[in-house]
Amino acid sequence: MLQLISLLVENKPGALMRITGLLSARGYNIESLTVARTLDPTLSRMTIVVDIEPQLRSQVIKQMNKLVNVLQASDLTDSPAVKREMALLRVRAPLASRTAILKEAEIFGARVVDSSTEGFALEVTGDSEKLDEFLDVMRSYGEIEVTRSGALAISLEAKKLRLAPPVPRNAAVDEADEKLETRH
Amino acid sequence: MSTSTVHRTSGVTESKLMSGSQILLECLVRENVDCIFGYPGGVTLPLYDALYDHPIRHILVRHEQNAAFAAEGYARSTGRVGVCCATSGPGATNLVTGLVDSMMDSIPVVAITGQVSTKLIGSDAFQEADTFGITRSCTKHNFLVKTIAELPQVVHEAFYIASSGRPGPVLVDIPKDVFQAQAHYTPVSSIHLPGYKVFTEGHTGQIRRAAQMIWESRRPFVYAGGGIIAADASEELREFVELVDAPAVTTLMGLGGLPAEHPNYISMPGMHGSYASNMGMSGADLLIALGVRFDDRVTGRLAAFAPHAKVIHVDIDPAEIGKNRVADLPIVGDVKRVLDKLNKVLHELAPQAREQNAPARADWWRQIHDWKAEHPLLPEVSTSEIKPQHVMREIDRLSGGRAIVTSDVGQHQMWAAQFIRFNSPRLWINSGGLGAMGFGLPAAIGAQFARPDKLVFSIVGDGGFQMSIPELATIANHALPIKIIVVNNGYLGMIRQWQELFYNNRISQAELNSFPDAEKLAAAYGFKGRTIDGAHQLAPALEEAVREPGPYLLNVRVARYENVYPMVPAGGAINEMVLGPPQPVEA
Repeated sequence: MLQLISLLVENKPGALMRITGLLSARGYNIESLTVARTLDPTLSRMTIVVDIEPQLRSQVIKQMNKLVNVLQASDLTDSPAVKREMALLRVRAPLASRTAILKEAEIFGARVVDSSTEGFALEVTGDSEKLDEFLDVMRSYGEIEVTRSGALAISLEAKKLRLAPPVPRNAAVDEADEKLETRH
Repeated sequence: MSTSTVHRTSGVTESKLMSGSQILLECLVRENVDCIFGYPGGVTLPLYDALYDHPIRHILVRHEQNAAFAAEGYARSTGRVGVCCATSGPGATNLVTGLVDSMMDSIPVVAITGQVSTKLIGSDAFQEADTFGITRSCTKHNFLVKTIAELPQVVHEAFYIASSGRPGPVLVDIPKDVFQAQAHYTPVSSIHLPGYKVFTEGHTGQIRRAAQMIWESRRPFVYAGGGIIAADASEELREFVELVDAPAVTTLMGLGGLPAEHPNYISMPGMHGSYASNMGMSGADLLIALGVRFDDRVTGRLAAFAPHAKVIHVDIDPAEIGKNRVADLPIVGDVKRVLDKLNKVLHELAPQAREQNAPARADWWRQIHDWKAEHPLLPEVSTSEIKPQHVMREIDRLSGGRAIVTSDVGQHQMWAAQFIRFNSPRLWINSGGLGAMGFGLPAAIGAQFARPDKLVFSIVGDGGFQMSIPELATIANHALPIKIIVVNNGYLGMIRQWQELFYNNRISQAELNSFPDAEKLAAAYGFKGRTIDGAHQLAPALEEAVREPGPYLLNVRVARYENVYPMVPAGGAINEMVLGPPQPVEA
């Protein structure tokens, strides 16, 4: 069964590698992964869907929380959360089926983002199952080309964010300077 | 050789124009680094130029892997951060085994590596390797420093991460142009790593519950590990063990955490642990696990491990709790602080609680003593040949629980752990988790530099010794008075043991021929060496080695087919020990 993980991470080179490395080292396959900056540009929000045996899930979350660049990793699999995915697709639409395609798009809440004599480009959002269905329907009209974003998720419970405070590095400095002075 | 810490900072508090190399060295001084183990190379030339007349001591090893091991020896024998340094490409890749080793055993090490200039990164430049990528999984954290502006901050962050929480290795990769660049340097006053959380205090309620569980227990058993050493908690552990009067074992990583001569101390548990240790764990109703990780070499078959015991697990790393064994009562915190608080609560509760299970506790101790008497852990000794266990007994006699002993990996490591007593922490230095052969000799170099006052034995097998044989030059170079004891059976002994026991005695590629003449080998480096093969020679030869003011290489030809017992076969439960070799059937 798939696990849904939400991470708040420092927006730094290597942060993504540490997280994916932790999963690949254990042989877990990532189903989807999305990353983008948060309101605070020094941080990124990451949503990962990954196939992990249920009994090992908490261990993976703990290992993620240990990473220096990770501010918070939480398992949203079984907690109240909204999950959305987006798909962009192009469908070839001969004149005869154009109206039908637009009707189906309307049912699924998809939007036309480009229209040409060849056909349509559509965007659709929803949970993964809804997207699967929509793509199945569109495929029945002919060849389609699809790009999916992977899951985005937000917890419906406020998660308390515990951050480490700054650490003074004065002790060593003072001590070293003191020793220096006693030498003179 | 000197223990005095180098304290010579630039002495400036306002900004001063300095090169990246100078800034790095300045930061190292401010982290109280007095010695670096390393090997120069093309891209670290600017750094080595700055080192030329800098008070920080640089120890030139003969291979970068040994720089990492020596830094570990330094760290393991002192608790301070060990520092190693290597150039880009092959220099950095050679550090990898040492980094993984310190990761596995939670040893604070900072590795400085040179990198090709920032403009060349990613161009397959000469001696370029993706050090940042390669070392991601073998460090606690790593940094690639792209600008001189971030250098001081990064260096201090590296030391903080390496030495705090659960210690570990941190690598700082510095491109050549960052070493060469000039910048105004201002000392760093604080660092901020918002995602790096260290849990030290331990939950007060959990500690109180632990104290109740401990007093309620009829058959308590203390299982203490490397965390006790890392947290400098041996005093607290001793107080705890005495207060509770429970039998205690220390793991391979925890030897010396409780004095071997302490009356409550049993021995090392696990695959080659004593009968009493393993039976004790298996019979306990409460296992008090302190700074341990329920390693497979300790637990044997996990499902059958300590089947009657509730578990109190204290560890600073939350990810260790419940990783292998579910804890009935987890306490995340620094084991020193947790034990300190726990001891207070136990003390407080003692007047009412101490007597409640006194008869059961007395029975438990009787049982432990019976197990000890039934199959005591005693060294094999023979007059016709040198038993490797006999070597350990003699080293133990000379050490008296006080010498530093580094070991390599294999049979000799297990015999040393079984038969040499350690009465304080940071004396026993070995590659526990990784089992990295070649560790013993360079680790002794690091330990002897860190502790010039100490008698240092480096007990190595003939296999591992030959993996780091070039370091004899480093030892000779600095006249380090290390006593190298080669436990030489002409085999990769542990491999041979397993092939004998589990692969129909088909000894495949485990025999080591052509061992060099130890006397000539040592003489070639300008120090003393000798080979012995008679049991009567053992004690005098070891005494001679210890008397020698300089290095000494003692090659001890031991019984070739000796196996380590007790032994829990792989996948077995720890109370299903093989206690000795099959006895010959009488006709």
